Amino acid sequence: MTITETERIKVLVAKLGLDGHDRGAKVVARALRDAGFEVIYTGIRQTPEQVVEAAIQEDVDVIGVSILSGAHMTLMKRLMELLREYGADDIPVFLGGTIPVPDIEPIKRMGVREVFLPGTSLREIVEMIRQAGLERRKRRGW
Amino acid sequence: MDYSRLIEKALKGDRLATGRLLSIVERDPRGASMVLESLPEREGYHVIGVTGIAGSGKSTLLSRLLTHYADKGYRCAVVAIDPSSAYSRGALLGDRIRMQMHATNPNIFIRSVSTRGLKGGLSFAGVAMIDVFGRLGYDKVFIESIGVGQADVDIMRIADTIVVVTVPGLGDDIQALKAGVMEIGDIYVINKVDKDREGANKTMEYLLFAIEAGELGHRGWRPRIVKTSAVLDEGIDELIDAIEEHYRFILGTGRYGSGRERRREILVRLLAEKMLIDALESIEIETGKDLYEGALELLRRVTARYVDTTGGGEA
Ligand code: B12
Ligand SMILES: Nc1nc2c(ncn2[C@@H]2O[C@H](COP(=O)(O)OP(=O)(O)OP(=O)(O)O)[C@@H](O)[C@H]2O)c(=O)[nH]1
Ligand SMILES: [Mg+2]
Repeated sequence: MTITETERIKVLVAKLGLDGHDRGAKVVARALRDAGFEVIYTGIRQTPEQVVEAAIQEDVDVIGVSILSGAHMTLMKRLMELLREYGADDIPVFLGGTIPVPDIEPIKRMGVREVFLPGTSLREIVEMIRQAGLERRKRRGW
Repeated sequence: MDYSRLIEKALKGDRLATGRLLSIVERDPRGASMVLESLPEREGYHVIGVTGIAGSGKSTLLSRLLTHYADKGYRCAVVAIDPSSAYSRGALLGDRIRMQMHATNPNIFIRSVSTRGLKGGLSFAGVAMIDVFGRLGYDKVFIESIGVGQADVDIMRIADTIVVVTVPGLGDDIQALKAGVMEIGDIYVINKVDKDREGANKTMEYLLFAIEAGELGHRGWRPRIVKTSAVLDEGIDELIDAIEEHYRFILGTGRYGSGRERRREILVRLLAEKMLIDALESIEIETGKDLYEGALELLRRVTARYVDTTGGGEA
């Protein structure tokens, strides 16, 4: 499914923390591009501050974070706090990577839309991000 | 946040508001002209175009320039243009990765833009954003355009200072490039000298020869050539000296402002092109016809309307 000009969705794909596993982030970034999204990838080893700044400057519709280091609880907590502080918490956030199942609920309670575990199909990811991006555009009204 | 609040906040340097204002610029040409007209005019900002061969190190060099200028207290903005895929119309905007270490620097604002199907390495939004940044108070506005060769001459028309980046050891390829992108530089950078110092000297000789022979350079400015290694942080001071020298040159010769005129002209052209593409795409979606059939349909509609209005006489 392609996206029309007016609804072209911008997504930030971010690698948070000291974590060199970039394969998943890159695979997802490419899948999104091929589905018609505009994707900005931050590169590895980002702080929550850097990710929020990039999201704000690029005014993305969706933030997708990838963490396979095990440090997701602290990093995501900080990221969500910062988004609220900056007034950018209207941007939906997704998380992917090696997240233990018991951590999923607490992470969603922080405000994260959905958590994608290893093996999730790219189609499912693309479709959920598309929905979230379109919703944000609609809420914004222009 | 409503529109006038956005303008007000962006003028005060609010980055969230600035980012959102740029999205209005990006959304459609009407939004872009609305934003431009709402912002007070401002003189003196310096637009620096960085172009050249793909992968030659444009973004890495830019990142070095940002470090320098921001440290000196200049407010710097980057418009980084990457191509969108003709296939999916999606895009991977890759320039930011090389500059992301500046993300939290309050003197630096980076925005990525895709060409959205437009040719020539530029996008409507990208061109409009230059003056939005200038009017918002940025001193140095950098624009990185894709290095596609010939078509890249477009960038010449919108920047005050044009930096063309090449790499050593291109040999005969440089001859081929000369006709297009190589002709337009105010400053030529031979980057990645760390990889091939011998080759860099050869490229330097070639460029020098071309300048001596009068093949490069225009209207009283003798192009500068600078050898750099962006990764080793070599030659960056010389590059900055050359950029500043050229800036003084255009100020001194009263040429500042012609870049802005050219941007306006280009905006009108890009606007027309964009409106046409939008119209074709909506016909494509509406009727399921392909681009060719859609173009015919558009022609039919325009002609019909023309006949309608000239015949109808409803004032
Ligand atoms: C390949 C791999 C490596 C490669 C990484 C290559 C690379 N450049 O990416 C190498 C060999 C370098 C490596 C090194 C290490 N690894 Co490793 N590695 C793996 C492995 C086997 C597969 C990861 C992978 O690439 N999967 C394929 C991709 C496509 O899947 P994915 O990333 O999970 O992405 C999917 C989803 O998670 C989600 N997703 C992911 N990101 C995003 C982003 C967005 C925006 C969205 C929407 C979705 C999404 O969608 C994707 C598609 O379904 C995993 C084990 C595992 N089962 O995950 C261990 C694993 C991640 N590694 C591990 C470890 C410990 C290490 C090392 C510390 C090992 C060591 N002791 O030296 C080093 C550290 C490297 C570093 N600098 O950080 C542990 C991490 C444990 C933890 N979380 O606490 C794991 C889980 C193995 C294990 N069971 O112990 N590793
Ligand atoms: N050895 C060496 N590598 C460099 C130098 N400058 C950049 N690179 C590398 O060249 C590659 C491309 O660099 P970029 O800065 O992304 O080049 P670019 O011209 O912006 O690329 P596009 O925007 O894709 O056209 C990266 O791997 C850089 O690390 C240099 O001076 N020396
Ligand atoms: Mg680049």
